[in-house]
Amino acid sequence: MSASFSFYSRTRCWTARLLACCTVLLFATAQARAQDTPLLSGGVAFLTSTTGGNTTYLPIIEPLLAAPIGQHVLVESRAALLETYFPGGNGYKHSHFVGLTYLQGDFLVSPHLNVVAGSYLLPFGTYNERLSPVWISNLQDGPLIANLGLLSTGTGVGGQLRGSAVSTPNFSLDYSVWYSAHSGNEQFSAKRATGERTDVYLPKQRLEIGLSWDRQLEGTRENFVGTHVWWEPADTSFRFRSEFARGAHGQGYWAEADYRLARFGGADTFVGRFEPVFRLQQTFRRNNLASDGLPSVNTQRADFGLDYNLPHSVRILTSYSRQFSATRNENIWETGIVYRFLVPTWKGR
Amino acid sequence: MRLSRIVPSLFVAGALACAALSGSAEHQTGQSAARHDSQAGSQATDQLAEEGQRVFQQNCSRCHNAPESFPPSITGTILHHMRVRANLSRHQEQALLEFLNR
Repeated sequence: MSASFSFYSRTRCWTARLLACCTVLLFATAQARAQDTPLLSGGVAFLTSTTGGNTTYLPIIEPLLAAPIGQHVLVESRAALLETYFPGGNGYKHSHFVGLTYLQGDFLVSPHLNVVAGSYLLPFGTYNERLSPVWISNLQDGPLIANLGLLSTGTGVGGQLRGSAVSTPNFSLDYSVWYSAHSGNEQFSAKRATGERTDVYLPKQRLEIGLSWDRQLEGTRENFVGTHVWWEPADTSFRFRSEFARGAHGQGYWAEADYRLARFGGADTFVGRFEPVFRLQQTFRRNNLASDGLPSVNTQRADFGLDYNLPHSVRILTSYSRQFSATRNENIWETGIVYRFLVPTWKGR
Repeated sequence: MRLSRIVPSLFVAGALACAALSGSAEHQTGQSAARHDSQAGSQATDQLAEEGQRVFQQNCSRCHNAPESFPPSITGTILHHMRVRANLSRHQEQALLEFLNR
């Protein structure tokens, strides 16, 4: 009872602070240009997952607020509000979570340099920054290696320099360099660490190759390295994405391919809205000396998904996964419906 | 007497006619130049919008499908967000703005 009261009390407290921040931001941006109205975006989803005859239900809301202040500053934040219903005892139990995923200020310093300060998503690999929002991912579950290199929190508290170092019609070179301090704050916990990511993108080939590195500077000091390859050939709806990550105690990879059947009459036809997805992933555990988020034993998994892109930014996600490991093999059935919204916070001038 | 009145009158009338014709020609030339400038500007804008479409396909669509629609009042905010998230250069940002405003 007291724990529950404490949770609600903390939640109310943070909700009040968040609302206060939003109000200040909205007033601060009231004099912005006509096209710079603050926006509210995000996703609302209802997800189910069935393993071994047990089904878990997960309603979730992920709102994202972006508010420009003048021409060179943007404040953005994403939150997650979710309730999990899972079988236990006689019937279902439930747990909830409310929290900010990140809250950062972006300073557009020059054509090739942006400075990010605050609590930001760690730019290690691609999944955390690009694919983790519920309205973007093709499959409900993240990759098994998603936490490798993310220092257990997935966010850093500190600063980041990033931008496009070179951009020509033939290639572009992007970079991110960051430093995170230790933070024990309930909403913005982070470890002292530093890292970088560099990507090369070839527009003609639609090929991106990137390298990531980070080092935890507290507790078990270890390095993580990763690489990613994305290929999206022009004039097709085929996309290939892959990542490899390695730490001192384990490593793994995932490779995902998806193809929207737009060739069959167009992307907005009954058939053209289907999007088959396939992902293969493997993890290799070297030892269990550190908790880096990898499964405790070597694991292989294949995910077969079939998504359907409804009109009005609604997606239906379905998938079947077969996971093999030394401890157990299991089937995982998942379904979900996701709605993506994008609206101005008020009617623009 | 008559000739002395008629000749200057003809001269003045001729001068006025020449001035009028010249003015009209200048006006037409001005209009033509303005139209030419406008066409050149329009072509440049079209090119920028085409480039913006390419930027969208190569950078934004790499991760997510395009939203079906959004009001023009938030295009600037979307651009700020994408500039940081997708590491767009300033030129790419301008091209994308032109494309999103279409």
